[in-house]
Amino acid sequence: MLEINGLRARAGGTDILQGLDLTMGPGEVHAVMGPNGSGKSTLANVLSGRPSVEVTGGSVLYKGKNLLDLSPEERACEGVFLAFQYPVEIPGVSNMYFMKSALNAVRKHRGESQLDAMDFLQLVREKMKLVEMDEALMNRSVNEGFSGGEKKRNEILQMAVLEPSLAILDETDSGLDIDALRIAAEGVNALRRPDRSVLVITHYQRLLDYIVPDYVHVLAGGRIVRSGGKDLALELEEKGYGWITDGASA
Amino acid sequence: MNPVEHWQERFAGIEPGAPWLAARRQKALDAFVEAGIPSTRVEEWRYTNPARIAKTAWEPAPVGPELDRAALEQISYPVFACSVFVFVNGRYAPALSTPPALGGHLGVSSLAADPSDENLEGRLASVGEAATPFANLNTAFFEDGAHVRIATGKHIEEPLHLVFVNAPGDDPIAAHPRVLIEAEPGSQATVIEDHVSLGAGSSFTNAVTEIVVGENAEVEWIKVQREDPTALHVSEMRARVARDGRLTAHTLSFGTALTRNDGRVRLDGAGAACAMNGLFVAGGDQLVDNHTWVDHAEPHGTSSELYKGILDGRARGVFNGRVVVRPDAQKSDASQQNRNLLLSRDAEIATQPQLEIRADDVKCSHGSTVGQLDQDSLFYLRSRGVPLDEARDLLMRGFVSEITRGLSVEALAERIDDLVVERLGMARDIPEEAR
Ligand SMILES: Nc1ncnc2c1ncn2[C@@H]1O[C@H](COP(=O)(O)OP(=O)(O)OP(=O)(O)O)[C@@H](O)[C@H]1O
Ligand SMILES: [Mg+2]
Repeated sequence: MLEINGLRARAGGTDILQGLDLTMGPGEVHAVMGPNGSGKSTLANVLSGRPSVEVTGGSVLYKGKNLLDLSPEERACEGVFLAFQYPVEIPGVSNMYFMKSALNAVRKHRGESQLDAMDFLQLVREKMKLVEMDEALMNRSVNEGFSGGEKKRNEILQMAVLEPSLAILDETDSGLDIDALRIAAEGVNALRRPDRSVLVITHYQRLLDYIVPDYVHVLAGGRIVRSGGKDLALELEEKGYGWITDGASA
Repeated sequence: MNPVEHWQERFAGIEPGAPWLAARRQKALDAFVEAGIPSTRVEEWRYTNPARIAKTAWEPAPVGPELDRAALEQISYPVFACSVFVFVNGRYAPALSTPPALGGHLGVSSLAADPSDENLEGRLASVGEAATPFANLNTAFFEDGAHVRIATGKHIEEPLHLVFVNAPGDDPIAAHPRVLIEAEPGSQATVIEDHVSLGAGSSFTNAVTEIVVGENAEVEWIKVQREDPTALHVSEMRARVARDGRLTAHTLSFGTALTRNDGRVRLDGAGAACAMNGLFVAGGDQLVDNHTWVDHAEPHGTSSELYKGILDGRARGVFNGRVVVRPDAQKSDASQQNRNLLLSRDAEIATQPQLEIRADDVKCSHGSTVGQLDQDSLFYLRSRGVPLDEARDLLMRGFVSEITRGLSVEALAERIDDLVVERLGMARDIPEEAR
């Protein structure tokens, strides 16, 4: 599904990723943990093609294609989805209209028919039940004035609507109450299929109780410094990062 | 021949109408001749050079072509079923118009139909002073226009759609559309003043609109300027708002070679209010210049202005907002905002607020911003699969929604939204030689 080799990236004049390797198979769930500022969001941004992050080395293969050659929209159409750590507020653009445009762009790419407003409404209503989101939020501007939790639910809703094959969740659990956390996790689990993979970036073990990872990685100093099974997350929760990152970070 | 002499000569050829009107025309022409064509050394015309208009020997617009309803629908969509009033090259076109059948509640008539109408005397050309020499030219030369009266206490639900079609021929033509709107006390109406072109060609529209808002009356005036991208367009709106009256003026300009709009509102009674909203979109080498002037003459008046511009290519925008609060106008509340989106490095905007506050107990605020499309928002949209061009369009629609939301006519608001994107595309496509 995803094969990252020796990935280096810089933003704002700083080298952030410094030779990162990560391989994910289809159907797998990988968790990436690591201290603040270690480069987790930068990794997510590189994978989704944020123009302000410059890739300076390494390669990323996604379903056998060179992912780095694709524009952000092409990646989305190919099934890459990033749930943003900080979703963007876009005044004046209706959430409904935005999601319909997004889905229709992806459907066009897949050779599927375009949905009209009625079809889309029906589809989105179904998905909204899954994330228990208030329909009123669909008629507001994208994320504008949404609470922290509402923004995250909106990300999960978009994921549910677009049905990506590689979902990257960047701290989707931050700012969620316990119920919302469970709902978000259910949204992710509902998406799971043998041909779809999930990359979960988180600081907390509790999300991983709901979305159980096959692998856990520790990112520090722009590299993966340790990988293990789900127990690694428990160990990190208990001991912190010091025992791994001492001497490992650049 | 110099431009002033040119107009003097053409004046001999016009039909002056009733004696009172003839006298008024002569007075306006004299004022025009005396003032001459302003130079860019005059602050008011610093960015917009009137010589660009004056250098052409404009001929009075000839009688326009026959136009059918389908053609009209095409250029001025959406056309509302019940009350559309059409002028082609400045002359009333009865065959295309469906004057409202509302009995005495609403009167719409062609100014030319009965220019001796004593109803008009003392009313036409009575709202404020001409702001620019071009307004005097309009008074001297207008052939026709609309006179709208809304009777005391009557609320008109349907918008009234005035369409001014500019149909250029081989010669460069000038049309001088004229509108007078009188809302009697307690009445309410929406009037759309729509300026459109039928085909391209050298043309100059010089429009003047006077609005009288009676006590406790409410007028929404929506001016849409969507003529050919190569046209020249000058307009002036002058309004007087009586006690507790309210005027909402929308000035929506979609880019011509040169557009200059002057809007002057006098809050003439206690508690009078006005909102002036503007949208301007220009690309290529186009110029859009908006000058506003709100005169708080009486206490407890409220004015709010929001002008938003999108400029692409080498387009230039001007926003000059003057607010005067007179010594007696205590408890006035005035706000003014100008926000601009520059899509290219070569586009420019010149914003100038001019506040003259001569009362002490007032609230007054103003601000302006200039920015580009937000990169984080663009990336967010693209990361969901929305192609770059479409993402840009979406953000532009988002930017203008603050203006379109304020229009009470929903079908028009949707069309305006589309026009933003269409016109920016059109301006990009104008061939070099046509600029
Ligand atoms: N555009 C930028 N300009 C300058 N520095 C940047 C930029 N983007 C990221 N950085 C820096 O790179 C480092 C890694 O940032 P990143 O957001 O990837 O961290 P993170 O692991 O996601 O942290 P957190 O756990 O706090 O979300 C940080 O020190 C950050 O300040
Ligand atoms: Mg982060």
